[in-house]
Amino acid sequence: MAKNKPEGYLSGRESRRISKENRKITSELEKKRKRKNVPESEYLTKMHDPNNAVEFDNLHTYFFTDAGTVKSVDGVTFDVPIGKTVGVVGESGCGKSVTSLSLMQLLQRPQGQVVEGEIRLNLGDKAVNVAKMPDKELQHLRGNFMSMIFQEPMTSLNPVFRIGDQVDEVISLHDGEGKSEAEVKARTIEMLELVGIANSEGVYKMYPHELSGGMRQRVMIAMALACNPRIIIADEPTTALDVTIQAQVLDLLRGLKDKINSSIMFITHDLGVIAEMADYVVVMYAGRIVEKGTAEDIFYHPAHPYTIGLMASKPVVGKQVDKLYSIPGKVPNPINMPNYCYFKDRCEMCVKQCNGVYPCEISLSKTHKVSCYRYADEAGRREWEKSTEFIPDSEKGKGGNA
Amino acid sequence: MGKNQAVEDPNAPLVYDPQYILMVKNLKKHFPIKGGMLARTVGQVRAVDGVTFNLKRGTTMGLVGESGCGKTTTGRVILRLSGEKTDGQVLFNGQEVYDLSPKEMRALRPKMQIIFQDPFSSLSPRLPVGEIIGEAVREHNLVPKAEFNDYIDKVMDNCGLQPFHKDRYPHEFSGGQRQRICIARALALNPEFVVCDEPVSALDVSIQAQIINLLKELQEKYKLTYLFISHDLSVVEHISDTVGVMYLGNLVEYGSTEDIFRNPLHPYTKALFSAIPIPDPKAKMSRIVLEGSIPSPANPPSGCKFHTRCQYCTEKCKKEAPVQREIEPGHYVVCHQYDK
Repeated sequence: MAKNKPEGYLSGRESRRISKENRKITSELEKKRKRKNVPESEYLTKMHDPNNAVEFDNLHTYFFTDAGTVKSVDGVTFDVPIGKTVGVVGESGCGKSVTSLSLMQLLQRPQGQVVEGEIRLNLGDKAVNVAKMPDKELQHLRGNFMSMIFQEPMTSLNPVFRIGDQVDEVISLHDGEGKSEAEVKARTIEMLELVGIANSEGVYKMYPHELSGGMRQRVMIAMALACNPRIIIADEPTTALDVTIQAQVLDLLRGLKDKINSSIMFITHDLGVIAEMADYVVVMYAGRIVEKGTAEDIFYHPAHPYTIGLMASKPVVGKQVDKLYSIPGKVPNPINMPNYCYFKDRCEMCVKQCNGVYPCEISLSKTHKVSCYRYADEAGRREWEKSTEFIPDSEKGKGGNA
Repeated sequence: MGKNQAVEDPNAPLVYDPQYILMVKNLKKHFPIKGGMLARTVGQVRAVDGVTFNLKRGTTMGLVGESGCGKTTTGRVILRLSGEKTDGQVLFNGQEVYDLSPKEMRALRPKMQIIFQDPFSSLSPRLPVGEIIGEAVREHNLVPKAEFNDYIDKVMDNCGLQPFHKDRYPHEFSGGQRQRICIARALALNPEFVVCDEPVSALDVSIQAQIINLLKELQEKYKLTYLFISHDLSVVEHISDTVGVMYLGNLVEYGSTEDIFRNPLHPYTKALFSAIPIPDPKAKMSRIVLEGSIPSPANPPSGCKFHTRCQYCTEKCKKEAPVQREIEPGHYVVCHQYDK
C-alpha cells in the first residue's frame, strides 16, 4: 500500500497531528471571539474612503480541516461603493461565497476563521471591523444593515414552517421593536407584494413546497429585503432559475436597489448576468483576485489570461464559433497551493517571470487592476493596449444585432 | 399562401422517411393524479401534450423551455423510459418503439442512450467507474470477454478519462469528470441516438466548454444524433442544428437554429430570447417581460395554452387551440398570431 499512495493521501497519524494542531489554533481564536464585554474601541475603525459601503482589506479566511488548511480566501482586497453593484465572478470553489460569508460572519465555525485582514463596514456615523466584532453586536447588523439572498431557494427555506411565519420571524427579530403582530404581518404582505407575488395573502399561508422555484426565490428576496438593508449580498440568486424568471428577478433587484439606494454584492458565475447588473467586477481565482475593474474594463479590455479564457469559453447568442475555447487543466489543490502564480499551469500566455512568486497587483488604469506578470513592464502593457483596441467595436456590432 | 398550410391530420399514421432517425408525431404523456380514499384518478398532469418533430440522422436538435414544460419527459418518453405513452407515435429508424416486445426493446436499448441531468446523483456511489461504464456492455454482450478491458480503456480514452481511473469511485471525481463518466457510459454501447438531458447545467463555465466540445467531437467521430435538452439558450444555439421550443407540454415552435434565433415567430420564443443576458455592459435590451408564471399542467388554460401570458392574445386564442403550421420550409409554429 505504501508504494502507490494516491495524491493527497494522509496517514492516520498525520491526520491526527493536523487535527490536534487545528484545534489549538481554532480554540484560541474562538476564545478570543467569545470574550464578554469587548470594548468598542477594539473593533471601531475608519473607512479609507467614506463613499464606500464595505471595504475588504487583505482578507484571509481559512478552513482548518483534518486534511490540512484550506486557504479559501487568501488576501482579497476590494471595495463596494455606496449605491453601486459589485459583481464577483469565478468558478465554484474559488472563494466567492466564502468572501460574502466572511462579511456576514456566517462561516462554519470553529473550522472556518478569518485569520487576517479587515472587513470595514460603513455604518454612516462610524465604521466597524466586522471580523473582530462580537457576535452580540453583529446580530444587530445582520438582517437589518446587511442581508443575504442565499444560493438555493429549494434548500434555504424551512420546509416545516409557513412562508408567512418565516418572513415574520425576520421582521420581528431585527426590526420588530414596538411592532404588534398585525403590523409585522402587514409588513410581510407588503414585502411579498413588492417582490411581485400577486397572491400575497394566499402565499403567506403556504408552505415552501407549494411554490415554484421562482416564487421561492422571490420569498428569499423578500426576506432579505424586509428590513431595508443598506448592503445586499446576492449569492447566485438566479442560478437555479429559468431565463424568463431570471429576467424578472434581476429587474426586481435593480428596481429595489434604486428605491432604497443600497449597495449590492452580486456573486455569480454567469458573465451575462454580471454584464447586466454590475458597475464593478471582481474576478476571483483560487481564493485570490486576479483582476478587478469597472464592468467596461473587464468586458471590453480583459487583461488576465483567466478572464480572457472565461469570456471565450462561454457561448454567446448571435456569435458563431466552431469550437469553444476551454481552459486546459484544473484548479490547483486548495490544500497545497503552489508558490508561483496559481494560474500558471493552465495559462497559455506565460512569460519568463511567471516562475517567480505570486504576482502582485498591477494598475492598468485608475480603476483596472490585474495580477499578472504580462503587464509588469511597459512593453507588455503596450502590446495589450494594442490588442484590445479592436474589441469595443466588435462588441458594439454584436450588441446592435441582438 | 401555399406553404402556410396546417399540417395534416394528427392521427394519420407516420410514413417512414429514411433520412430521419427519429420521427415523433403528436406524442402525449399524461400522468394520473391519485386522490381520495380509494386512490382514484382525480386528474391528469399533461406533461407532454402533443409533440411533433422529425430528427435527421447525424444532427442535433435542441429542446428549450422553462422548467416544468415537459422537456425532460419528452426525452424520456421517446426512449420508453417512463411507462406507456398516452398517445401518438415514436418511430425510431422506422420502428414504432412502443410496439416492441420487452425482448425486442432490450435489443434496441443500446442504440438509444441517455445522459442524465445531474452527474452528482446519476452515478452509483458503490460501483467503480470501470464497472459503471462496462456494466451494460457486458449485459448486452457487445464485446468478447477477452477484449472487454481494452474496450473500456478505449471508451474512457475517447471521453477524456484516464484508463487508470477505472478502479476509482465516483466521489473521487470532480463534476466535469463525472459528466465525462456519464458520457462514456452512454457511448460504450455504440448508440446511434443520444438524449442529452441538461448535460452541462450543473457545471462551471470553463468545464461546460470542455464537455460541449467533447460532445461535438464524439458526434463527428461516431455520426451520433443528439436530442439536446437544456434551458441555457446560448449553449443550445452553439450545439444545435434544429431547435424546438416547448411551452407547457407543447412544441410551440420548431425549425433550424438559424430560423429560430434570427426570426422567432411565436410570442413565447420572442420573450424567451429577449430574456437572455448578453455579456456586454453597453448592450441595450428591449426585454419582453412575461407576466406571471407558467400555469399548472394539471389544469392548462383553454385554447392556446400561452394566451394567459401573451401580449397579442385575442378572443380566438382563448377559445381555439392553434395547430402546427409550416411558415417557411422546415420552420413550424403553433400560433394564431405568428405574423404580429
